[in-house]
Amino acid sequence: MEAINHLPFIVASYAAAVVVVGVLIAWVAIDFRAQRRALAELEMRGFARRSAAARSDTTLAQAKEQA
Amino acid sequence: MTSLGALLIRDMRLAVRVGGGALMGVLFFLVVVTLVPFAIGPDLALLERIGPAVLWLAALLANLLALDRLFAADHEDGSLDLLLMSRAPLELVVAVKGLAHWLTTGLPLVIAAPLIGLLLNLDGAAQAGLVLTLLVGTPALTFIGLIGAAIAVALRRGGLLLAVLVLPLTVPVLIFGVAAANAVLGGAAPFGTPFTILCALSLASLVIGPFAAAAALRQEIE
Amino acid sequence: MSLTDLANPSRFLKFANRVLPWLGGVTVIAFAIGLNQAMGAPDDYQQGATVKIMYLHVPSAWLGMLAWGVMSIAALGTLVWRHPLADVAAKSAAPLGAAFTLLCLVTGALWGRPEWGTYWVWDARLTSELVLFLLYLGVIALWRTVEDPSRAARAAAILTLVGAVDLPIIKFSVDWWNTLHQGESVFRFGGSTIYPTILVPLLVMAVAFTLLFVTLQIAAMRNEILRRRVRTLRLMQAQAAS
Repeated sequence: MEAINHLPFIVASYAAAVVVVGVLIAWVAIDFRAQRRALAELEMRGFARRSAAARSDTTLAQAKEQA
Repeated sequence: MTSLGALLIRDMRLAVRVGGGALMGVLFFLVVVTLVPFAIGPDLALLERIGPAVLWLAALLANLLALDRLFAADHEDGSLDLLLMSRAPLELVVAVKGLAHWLTTGLPLVIAAPLIGLLLNLDGAAQAGLVLTLLVGTPALTFIGLIGAAIAVALRRGGLLLAVLVLPLTVPVLIFGVAAANAVLGGAAPFGTPFTILCALSLASLVIGPFAAAAALRQEIE
Repeated sequence: MSLTDLANPSRFLKFANRVLPWLGGVTVIAFAIGLNQAMGAPDDYQQGATVKIMYLHVPSAWLGMLAWGVMSIAALGTLVWRHPLADVAAKSAAPLGAAFTLLCLVTGALWGRPEWGTYWVWDARLTSELVLFLLYLGVIALWRTVEDPSRAARAAAILTLVGAVDLPIIKFSVDWWNTLHQGESVFRFGGSTIYPTILVPLLVMAVAFTLLFVTLQIAAMRNEILRRRVRTLRLMQAQAAS
């Protein structure tokens, strides 16, 4: 009887955990896509020089330093 | 030392003259305390019981609201750059500015507290306890607030951000300040314990506040 | 690859791309084991089935503290070595810490309703957690106010370190305040000995949550590095246009 009484609260807690973790995962995933798309767009518009050259890491690091 | 003394006098003069905010804090303090009975009703017994808490909260807010211009005004007119370049260590400069701020904002609150306490039906002993805790506790509020003021120095909407950043940090000061003030009213705890801890918090913030604020200023202005 | 190599943002991106699928997989497995054990664990003789909420509540409280620890270490990296990756780590950890602290508060409230008959009690532990949550929100607000990322990082770093000094004091004062007002704690978690049947699932869940945090942290750091790259390229584009 007691267990039934408590069940809604347990379910609600686990639901809250699912929501919070779900929101975090969704935020990270959506953000990742958005940044990747923005980066790809910039590269298409001719700002690929840096990124293309940046296969070697040093140039990109330098570009970041200068900016 | 003379340059620091000059800075102290300059800051106090700026606060007292037209355009400075020295008496605004006390006025705010008075207004907030006046509003409380309108919110909870003119029950004198209840007002007496929550009186120290109300006065402490009002003092906390008044102290904080006056802080946001502390470094921002100097930043805008360029004198902060001079202070940064001066030979006096920045930590001491910041501490002196904090002291000037406390003398023009915190100390008037402490002096006004007994008069305003009358509105909340506080008797002589409670008044004395309250004044003592405010006298010891408000420097902690000022010097913790210094950190927020230094972080928010170059920000738009700095005042609101300052409150959001600093208020959670002042929880210990509020707890022990109100507890010590309540002890005089016959609260649950003896006066000595919270009062000594309040003194310790003040001393600690006197050290940590200027160092953190100076570090923040160095990081912000470069 | 040594640890110092990771300090380079580009290498960190490569590392993140390689390691994230694995970390995600391990996290899922850990949660499967932990949840399975938690469901199978016996009820507490005093608190009944609600003890199941503990398997969420305690690990989220732990992560709430861990995230501030990560931010503090990153803050040292920002202030002492001026390292951009430290900035990125500090910025990514703040929302994660806030989210898990919020989860801790929500599960605490849902645990409190059947135990105490009310959703919120000014219990020492919950109150400290609430102040921690407010501090997280302050740090996030600061990050969102300062436009220049490296200046924001330095301001947030100082606030983080001040918070790290103040948090134990807040904890102490809230504990003191609580005993003053309540005489005796309504609910004491450490008071009774925890049986291994409850402790083992709790530890597994704590490991699973920690893995989740590490995964999310690395993923969020990867996003932040990409965001800065986009920002840099946009600035260069604007400069070239003018």
